Amino acid sequence: MAHKVSLFVPCFVDQLLPQVALDTVTVLRRIGCEVDFPEDQTCCGQPAFNSGYWDEARPCAERFLRVFADTEHIVCPSGSCATMVRTFYPQLLASSALHGDVAALAARTYELSEFVVRVAGVTDVGASFPHRVTYHASCHGLRELGLRTEPLDLLRAVKGLELVDMQRYDECCGFGGTFAAKFGSISEAMGISKADNIASAGAEFVTAIDPSCLMHVQGILSKRGDRAQTIHLASILAQTGAGA
Amino acid sequence: MNAPAPTPAPNAPQATAAHPAVEGTPAQRFLRDAAAKSADLVHREIIRKNMESYDAAHLRGRSRFKDWEAARRRCQEIKREAVNHLDKYLLQFEANVLAHGGHVFWAEDSAQACAYVCSLAERHKVKTVVKSKSMVTEEIELASALEKLGIAVWETDLGEYIVQLRHEPPYHIVTPAMHLNRKQIGDLFREKLEPGLSDDPVELMAAARRKLRQAFFAAEMGISGANFIVADAGAIAISTNEGNGRLTTSVPRIHVAVTGIEKVIPRLQDLATLWPVLATSGTGQPITTYGTLIGGPRRPGEADGPEEFHVVLLDNGRSRLLANGEEREVLHCIRCGACLNACPVYRHVGGHTYGTIYPGPIGSVLTPHLRGPEFDHLSFASSLCGACTSVCPVRIDLHHHLLHNRRDSVQADHAEGGQRLMFRLWRAAMLRPWLYSWGGRLGRLGLRTLYGLGLAGTFLDPLREWNRRRAPVPLPRRSFRAQWKRENRK
Repeated sequence: MAHKVSLFVPCFVDQLLPQVALDTVTVLRRIGCEVDFPEDQTCCGQPAFNSGYWDEARPCAERFLRVFADTEHIVCPSGSCATMVRTFYPQLLASSALHGDVAALAARTYELSEFVVRVAGVTDVGASFPHRVTYHASCHGLRELGLRTEPLDLLRAVKGLELVDMQRYDECCGFGGTFAAKFGSISEAMGISKADNIASAGAEFVTAIDPSCLMHVQGILSKRGDRAQTIHLASILAQTGAGA
Repeated sequence: MNAPAPTPAPNAPQATAAHPAVEGTPAQRFLRDAAAKSADLVHREIIRKNMESYDAAHLRGRSRFKDWEAARRRCQEIKREAVNHLDKYLLQFEANVLAHGGHVFWAEDSAQACAYVCSLAERHKVKTVVKSKSMVTEEIELASALEKLGIAVWETDLGEYIVQLRHEPPYHIVTPAMHLNRKQIGDLFREKLEPGLSDDPVELMAAARRKLRQAFFAAEMGISGANFIVADAGAIAISTNEGNGRLTTSVPRIHVAVTGIEKVIPRLQDLATLWPVLATSGTGQPITTYGTLIGGPRRPGEADGPEEFHVVLLDNGRSRLLANGEEREVLHCIRCGACLNACPVYRHVGGHTYGTIYPGPIGSVLTPHLRGPEFDHLSFASSLCGACTSVCPVRIDLHHHLLHNRRDSVQADHAEGGQRLMFRLWRAAMLRPWLYSWGGRLGRLGLRTLYGLGLAGTFLDPLREWNRRRAPVPLPRRSFRAQWKRENRK
């Protein structure tokens, strides 16, 4: 029986990186999911929450609950935004009448690789990507959601893909949401360290499960004129080599 | 006794907690120093090298445990029990120390703690004090209080001695001189100690030892901290590697141990877990070279030990944290420094940039509580990556406490003025999908036009902070939702 999946597309992916969401749809459909996109969704509230504006974030969370009320599985191509719903909504709405609904919402919300591997039970999604790729473990996915092996299992099953190790692959890239703007010099320095490690890995592509990290890292790589490119995991999994 | 002790000078090169005379608010200084240090490649290389050898040792150390995670949980339980029953265990500790013939002084703040030690020193006509490493004495600035009385104060931990000679505060909780390489230390020792020295670490250490030995035997008072205070034994427990701790606490006539009230643990047997876990987290060692337990002054018939033993139990804001159920577990900290080493922000900006006694993640969590809203910015200076929480040996939920601190700072209205308005406008858009969609569309159009004119990163660019440091994000013509509508609504 096909899984019914409701897409949770982070606001910045919707506005700035639509290809990541399109590729997510492609991958989910290819493994047999029925995909829909609740069009009333906006932002999960993470920027306000992380900045300390919990009163501003709370109505976004309540709204999210309503928009995704009648859903079976909620899947998000970002470990960070999935973490907001899974880990932080229960805290944010701790003393709200909606607390019971939040627990149920959190339990059916997944990051993409987590859903594909753990719920759909698929590791080979039929992708082909004949390139040298290295993996950056985004912090929220790794440490809040505990996604250590799922993205790697998916990558290892991609035809033609050569997965190469990266030094300090699990160190933060320096994005951190508003941190990147408020503490630009630190964010940049951390990004440069990451770019150095990507360069030493000798990969053509660096991939991750969080488009925000990749957006920041791509900005640093392009500014330096590095050859390596960032690519979201969904965009690798979407390639079959057929049309390319 | 020759060579008076170095006196920390107010013209120290760094903006630091101990020397706040440098211009600007702590937040402005942090931003300025962070920018300078992030770009300092020599500094970064030294820290990278030192941290990498720590990482390797820490990994080896953890692998010696049959179940490292179980050891962390046990330490968390011990500290939770102690902190939740602080009243009981501290009184038990006090009663036991008094029974051993020691003295216990309860200090509400730095001033009371310093006044007690200073008047003790004056009463005994102390001219020289030797100190073993103690972050709490840094917190209360005890050395400068004693120096004001004309007392010579010697730091005897090698790293502490090095930063004292440089008139700097410690760079790191465990390794105070981590930011220096052997050449820099060689230059310092040639200038301050003996001109003929080479950069050989053994030779440099021997030179420091020659100086410090004189101090140990001249000192009338030794001051230490405590890694743990053991309630049922009525003893302080100290972990050291250089032997200076034992000399400090046994050679001078008076021994004063200054410690935070949160350092108490219920039972002597708890050290069986805490000592190895502290050593592993601190340096990767299975256990430190010296583990010392001191319960009182020298008793009749004993060959050595001080004539007087004093313990100063310092509150200094800790009971405020105790009263705060949400943040209380911050008091579980055993000051191992593991969170500093794991922190990518610390690794890039270094210890002095924080301008606090306790730098790194634990410092960013703790300092706003101990020193007030002037240090709120530290709770924001984190990418919330959670590396700190994943290594903390007593499992303090460090990065989530940063989120709590941020929330509290905003609620107390300490945040910058324009921000609240910005987030209110943002909320208005996020609650109205049409406004969000149109806002996004217009925003992209505006930015595309701007960047088309080559104005990315200029003062006209609302994303200039981002674009100054990175290539601009390519802006798509259509959002995902617009494309979805086209393809799925037919």
